[in-house]
Amino acid sequence: MMRQDIQFDKQGRLRHFLTTEGLSRQTLTEILDHAENFASVINKPVKKAPLLRGKTIANLFFEASTRTRTTFELAAKRLSADVININIQTSATKKGESLLDMLRNLEAMHCDMFIVRHMQSGAAHFIAEHVAPHISVINAGDGSHAHPTQAMLDMFTIRRHKPDFTSLRVAIIGDIMHSRVARSQIHALNILGVPDVRVIGPHTLIPPQAEQLGVHVFHQMEQGLRDVDVVIMLRLQRERMEGALLPSEDEYFRCYGLTPEKLALAREDAIVMHPGPINRGVEIDSAVADGPQSVILEQVTNGLAVRMAVMSLILGRGNTDSEVSP
Amino acid sequence: MSRILIANGHLIDPANDIDKTADLAIADGRILACGEIPADFHAEQTIDARDQIVCPGLIDLAARLREPGAEHKGSIASETRAAAAAGITTLCVPPDTDPIIDNPAVSELIHQKAEAAGFARVVTLGALTQQLNGEQLAEMVKLQQDGGCVGISNARRPVKNNLIMRRAMEYAASCGLTVFLHADDPGLSGQGCVHEGGISTRLGLPGIPESAETVAVARELMLIEQTGVRAHFCQISCAHSVQMIARAQHDGLPVSMDVAAHQLHLTDMDVGYFNSQCHLLPPLRSQRDRDALRNGLGNRNISAICSDHQPHDADAKLAPFAETEAGISALETLLPLSLRLVDDGVLSLSEMIATLTIEPARILGLPSGQLGVGGCADICIFDPLQHWTVEPEKFISNGKNSAFGGWELKGRVTHTMLNGRLVYPY
Repeated sequence: MMRQDIQFDKQGRLRHFLTTEGLSRQTLTEILDHAENFASVINKPVKKAPLLRGKTIANLFFEASTRTRTTFELAAKRLSADVININIQTSATKKGESLLDMLRNLEAMHCDMFIVRHMQSGAAHFIAEHVAPHISVINAGDGSHAHPTQAMLDMFTIRRHKPDFTSLRVAIIGDIMHSRVARSQIHALNILGVPDVRVIGPHTLIPPQAEQLGVHVFHQMEQGLRDVDVVIMLRLQRERMEGALLPSEDEYFRCYGLTPEKLALAREDAIVMHPGPINRGVEIDSAVADGPQSVILEQVTNGLAVRMAVMSLILGRGNTDSEVSP
Repeated sequence: MSRILIANGHLIDPANDIDKTADLAIADGRILACGEIPADFHAEQTIDARDQIVCPGLIDLAARLREPGAEHKGSIASETRAAAAAGITTLCVPPDTDPIIDNPAVSELIHQKAEAAGFARVVTLGALTQQLNGEQLAEMVKLQQDGGCVGISNARRPVKNNLIMRRAMEYAASCGLTVFLHADDPGLSGQGCVHEGGISTRLGLPGIPESAETVAVARELMLIEQTGVRAHFCQISCAHSVQMIARAQHDGLPVSMDVAAHQLHLTDMDVGYFNSQCHLLPPLRSQRDRDALRNGLGNRNISAICSDHQPHDADAKLAPFAETEAGISALETLLPLSLRLVDDGVLSLSEMIATLTIEPARILGLPSGQLGVGGCADICIFDPLQHWTVEPEKFISNGKNSAFGGWELKGRVTHTMLNGRLVYPY
């Protein structure tokens, strides 16, 4: 388990942000508090803060993504950093050696931070293990493993509506098996003290021994949604029909689609979340997605503040191990 | 140097029920005497084996030498040289070389190269199907008679359907060949790269369920019963597999099984945060499975321990976990890891040595693995108490890929003899 330490520098400060697993409540709360400061800045006319002036941040996206990449880019620019966007065709870097070679090249360009999205679980850990000591890595999604900044913006959104995590019931619904968002959310919710984290989905989309992650498993919405404060819907990928995981989108919607009727099982003041992009009529009814309980668009806005918070926490205070702590 | 005396060693030869301090005389490559040395024997060289164990040379049921086909990872010379340093005098090579051992020429080539290198005996398993394609039977008789293959196997490649497996077993039975099986249902294992369970769930990696192995074991056992072929299950990893095969043994089926040494010490938890050195096939399984494998050894349902040696170049392990190549460079840790089982109370020292000598010899149908008078002098001498720290970068094997880096192990080979000739120290 010593590999977990990779997220921290020698002074015990966050150096990489790869997963929410194993972090302390203090670290997560610090990120949320920090984001709260940025959230108030975002709406002011002068949008730029000079915190990361002179720093270079490279967006390394091995998997296509417009939204996540854009918010990272915007967050970096708001902090006055220089940004390089690199979209890597999947076929060009099939082998680890070329991935490492590419990292060496980027290091030679004096980057300070890599924002990495990759289709393989563990890719961000792999890169963090092999980068030069002055470089930090933020995981922007690796395979089905982790998506920690998405989870933190979700925590931020929850906290704005439900300030006390220790009294909440949260249900995550859908394809937990393949969801990096769900894994990072589950760790974060447990660390922040949520006493009842639930996952709801058919057996085929719930990973084996999910209970070990710290969740209660439900296969029926009618039972799982009862009295929850937060409802988090996950996007259903089309290819799940091909692997014999589900018969059809129709049947999925009938069982697990969030309709106003099903939402009525949750608490009256429950909020509805979705990491997006949403499939209307597959996992969520439009009446719910656009309804009064939905905070889906807020999540998008909060993504900026949370990413600014993480970047500035890591880079804004100097991250190198060579620095002597005061 | 044809007359050697190994003096004062602790001789352990499970096949002949020997477990005592005694001298061993070797002449012209053969064991001349054990214990009572003839008065007229004059050794040209004496090895003082005081406080050391003297046992038959170890026999490894599964080792990839990477030649032919993947010489950037290792060669017959480099890997047999590493074997000699590990006390291993016989290595069995699966047929998934490139070219594949589906014709006698490839098998002969391997034998010749091993002989030229001179460090260890290498025996081969021939392909069960041509090109290991799982469809057309390979020429088993030619592989056996002309290529000297000691058994046949489809390695980890799938056989297309049950009918072909049935026919292959029937044909092998009529040739008197043992079929070596790697129980795996390719549909169930899919793209998996770790044990399906807590670890695959936590890391978001595709899992290989226990059923990928147990379903295949169950099906294979039914076909073994029907065809009467002698079969050996290679590198079993699951508790339920051990249970099913043990029951079949009890019912009188001619089946045996082995386990890879690392499966007896590591579990899925050791994958930690994507440690690619723990990317193995079959995958490291749960603590419960590991305990069942140890029990299976203890009550002799699992009769042999192998290394499942798979040396890799450094790049093979430098990638995100699922993109790395599976396997461990395992020759040099085989004996020390097995000795650890003695300390852990799983096996007695003599039983442990049997799992590395006479038992694999029986599975392969070889006359070696014992110190009987008149037999080939393949001998391993080791210091059972010498401590050392595993430093994979110092391995003699070309493969520096080990999951045991930093482990404190006990037991170091001091001498290895092949046909009465010292092959280690070099």
